[in-house]
Amino acid sequence: MIQVEHLSKSFGGLRAVNDCSFTLEEGAITGLIGPNGAGKTTVFNMIAGFIKPSGGRILFEGQDVTGFSPERLFSLGIVRTFQIPHEFSRMTVLENLMLVPPAQSGENLFSSWLRWGAVRREERDVRRKGEEVLEFLELTHVRDELAGNLSGGQKKLLELGRTMMTDAKLVLLDEPAAGVNRTLMGKLARMIQQLHRERGYSFCIIEHDMDLIAELCHPVIVLAEGRVLTQGSMESIRRDERVLEAYLGHSGAHETEGAA
Amino acid sequence: MELAGLLTYGIFFLTLVGIYGLLALGLNVQWGYAGMLNIGVAAFFTVGAYTSAIITTAESSGHLGGFGLPFPVGLASAMALSGILALGVGLITLRLRSDYLAIASIGIAEIVRLTLKNEGWLTGGVRGMAGIPRPLAGLIPGYDATLYLLLVLAFVAAVYWANERAWRSPWGRVLRAIRENEAAARAMGKNSLLFRLQAFVLGAVVMGLAGALYAHFVRFISPEAFNPLFATFLIWVMLIAGGSGNNRGALLGAFVIWIVWSATEIFVTRLPEDLVTRAGALRVLLIGILLQVILLARPQGILPERPPRPERHE
Ligand SMILES: Nc1ncnc2c1ncn2[C@@H]1O[C@H](COP(=O)(O)OP(=O)(O)OP(=O)(O)O)[C@@H](O)[C@H]1O
Ligand SMILES: [Mg+2]
Repeated sequence: MIQVEHLSKSFGGLRAVNDCSFTLEEGAITGLIGPNGAGKTTVFNMIAGFIKPSGGRILFEGQDVTGFSPERLFSLGIVRTFQIPHEFSRMTVLENLMLVPPAQSGENLFSSWLRWGAVRREERDVRRKGEEVLEFLELTHVRDELAGNLSGGQKKLLELGRTMMTDAKLVLLDEPAAGVNRTLMGKLARMIQQLHRERGYSFCIIEHDMDLIAELCHPVIVLAEGRVLTQGSMESIRRDERVLEAYLGHSGAHETEGAA
Repeated sequence: MELAGLLTYGIFFLTLVGIYGLLALGLNVQWGYAGMLNIGVAAFFTVGAYTSAIITTAESSGHLGGFGLPFPVGLASAMALSGILALGVGLITLRLRSDYLAIASIGIAEIVRLTLKNEGWLTGGVRGMAGIPRPLAGLIPGYDATLYLLLVLAFVAAVYWANERAWRSPWGRVLRAIRENEAAARAMGKNSLLFRLQAFVLGAVVMGLAGALYAHFVRFISPEAFNPLFATFLIWVMLIAGGSGNNRGALLGAFVIWIVWSATEIFVTRLPEDLVTRAGALRVLLIGILLQVILLARPQGILPERPPRPERHE
């Protein structure tokens, strides 16, 4: 579904992503792991059109989409969430969701002025959809709160909720479970599986929680210092010496405990 | 006699409040809705005023035209030209970081101001433009000012309605999202450039309308009336004090601040001689202090922004 070919990105002298190539298969939930600063978020930013690569290219369903704008990639079906929640603070939780559906007729100002009846009917449907998503996320009780007032975990849920307001093909989740408690994390995993099953979303998930990755993802791609270190099933990666080394730093490779 | 004088002043006062209210409503779309820092309100106000004046005045050797066309043509041209100016500025600056718009808008306002002064063939220069017709004049003898006030208020009502509808609409929702977090709005597929451009142009069109209504109200315009103090600073104070993101707040702000502004004029004329020359600066200082006081008591303005609650059905 996505082919990343020799992707690179430098920030000044720093090579954040260095000749990365990998494939995200259609219908898969792919994990993307690696130590802090490995370049995971930067890769997401390039796939979603937020950063232009310094080199290499990105194919989506066979089409070269390198350098496309985020909004164009969204319309092709690539939806992302952010590592740090990007909620619309001074908008209600429900509005945060209602914003998302593409090509709403009321987004045309003249339609809103002149064809308010039609716009309102459409709004009713969008609102119903938003309310369903809130129910699914168990956020109905904060429906009319300003999103800025939500807890960190609730904001994470809202990020996920936005991806459910559109018909995505590929959803990129950047650390969906960070700062979310265990119970909620389990719920999140179930939600992702449900979306995968029922809506046919493909996922790529960046996550530091290895249990969650093991539960959800196959295959798993390991990034370290901007390069693809290895990829495969979680079991094979758990056994891979190089991965432990990458997480622990070169010197600590032998007193290994549980990072991977 | 006293009463008649008071009434005349009241009509004069309310007409200006209406015109300033329009400017604040226009700025509210740009700043309150979309978070765009336009520090060149004066430019659009001026272009509106001069355009309508050139279009509607009788043929004159003192400036371009006049073309002697009817008032509605002048109004429409004012709005169109102001909108086109905004489109140009927007296309150049909206791609850049948002603070560049602030700088660019100051630049545009300066260019417009200098053009007014120096391009006499176009604007009459410092001598200004006289003989701008007042519409509806003579329709009911003796009620010219009242009729014009009603006309201005009708425009205020129309723009208020259009703004409110825009605020509640999905269009307004996209703008607020862009204001809150542009990256996320783009990740949700919204073309932020296009939406911000629309908001910028819409706001400028309203400012152009206000300019035209001002020109036909005072009937003589010269660069004096369009200095950044009156035409930019005061509008910002009105919007911030009244409550940005709130259309009623914008109108209330225009009302309150114009009262205070007019009152400071009376106050400074009673000052000792040697201070009178500095009266202008003193008035600005007083307004600044007032704004501070309002914001201390109500940080989001007198009427804070409220997201439109989608009405519950069933
Ligand atoms: N906009 C930027 N400007 C300069 N350097 C950047 C920028 N974005 C990322 N970097 C650098 O690139 C490297 C990779 O960052 P990135 O955010 O992709 O890491 P990550 O794998 O997502 O890490 P984490 O797990 O901590 O989120 C880091 O060294 C970071 O400092
Ligand atoms: Mg990251």
